[in-house]
Amino acid sequence: MNLTVDVQEHTGKSIVLLAGEIDAYTAPKLKETLLSLTSKEGNKVEVNLEQVNYMDSTGLGVFVSGLKSTKENNSELKLVQLQDRVYRLFEITGLIDVIDVDKTVRGGY
Amino acid sequence: MDALKLDLSHYRELLKQYIDTQDESALYEAEQISKRSIQHNISLEEIINTHINALEDIYPDLPENIQHSMSFLLEVMISYGLALQEFQDLREAQLEIKSEISVAARVQNTLLSTEKPDVEGFDIGVVSVPANQMNGDYHHFIHHEDGTVGITVADVIGKGIPAALCMSMIKYAMESFPSEHKNPSEILESLNRVVERNVDPSMFITMFYALFNPAASTISYSSAGHEPGFYYHAADDTFEEIRAKGVVLGVTDMAQYRQYEREIHAGDMIILLTDGVTECRQGDRFIESEEVLEVIKGFSHLSAQELVENVYKHFEKLQDFHLRDDFTLIIIKKDV
Repeated sequence: MNLTVDVQEHTGKSIVLLAGEIDAYTAPKLKETLLSLTSKEGNKVEVNLEQVNYMDSTGLGVFVSGLKSTKENNSELKLVQLQDRVYRLFEITGLIDVIDVDKTVRGGY
Repeated sequence: MDALKLDLSHYRELLKQYIDTQDESALYEAEQISKRSIQHNISLEEIINTHINALEDIYPDLPENIQHSMSFLLEVMISYGLALQEFQDLREAQLEIKSEISVAARVQNTLLSTEKPDVEGFDIGVVSVPANQMNGDYHHFIHHEDGTVGITVADVIGKGIPAALCMSMIKYAMESFPSEHKNPSEILESLNRVVERNVDPSMFITMFYALFNPAASTISYSSAGHEPGFYYHAADDTFEEIRAKGVVLGVTDMAQYRQYEREIHAGDMIILLTDGVTECRQGDRFIESEEVLEVIKGFSHLSAQELVENVYKHFEKLQDFHLRDDFTLIIIKKDV
């Protein structure tokens, strides 16, 4: 299984559309893309996980790195439309309290 | 390295046999020669040289142009010869790394080894199996003088060697805490600061820490984003998820951990695990946690150690004996 990473650029905002599985094999590619976006000063990055049906803890590591990068670059990171299994991972690890995770929002852009 | 010589007379006989008869058996033998040559580090140039010498022996009047063409071939093959040598060097280097990793894994086992407590009135079973050579899961028992037992179950996010090294750091940090400092919430808060300061940003640790008091039959615990365990109520034959709120270690230095406490009743079980247990997959299908509990229930008449071992064997078989993730399961049963 693979992961496709699709980036749509808007003014001051980047939307990342993911589809597939996030695991040790696909995470490096996602990390590279994500950090290139969060390292832009003041950028708003929204990651849509609607098409992500599996994510393991390596994926969490990617989003934690992303979060740390937003703090250094005054940018924002938001995760939207997570499937239940993926949302549960953020819930258990307590990361929903540190990362902006919105399970329900649809579209809005 | 000293390249061995090919047996010229044997090669010559074989070549002559083939030229005369085009016999398959000579070809088979030629294949054997090539395999043996690789094994004995005989260079490609050496083989071509042997071929030229054999040819000159068989045909003393070999036309000069054919001889020249052979020298030409020899030149063409030189880079291949070098590439082969490089490949062999890499293979040796890889073997060396492999053996170093297995030594490291043994060192890790020694560093992180822990003894299962023998507690009156309770039966404890533990199984922890790494998916690869080095274990990113960690469990540890600390025996306090007052008879209480500290129990740690943790999982380093990020696998392999870095994860294993990180676990050793955690263990030594925990041992350096003063002994009166054994409340789960305090321990996690201190550890969180250690991890936050010292570990790479993409690496973090989930941990469940419990202070088990056998005399009072209670357990108090806190969780840093760790996969929830389960509590089995013997009275009504049901399982309950042990939920505890708290963020994983190493993400934010401000983290606070709530501490919970519960009493353990006769026949009840406490089940602690890592996500290697609950994230088992059968082909593309995920195992639901209900299924894990069904399996545990199926073996619950056994002793705690036999119970965890049988659960492990069940899921190992289900995944075709190939673990995707490290697997740790601890079960504490209170005697009836």
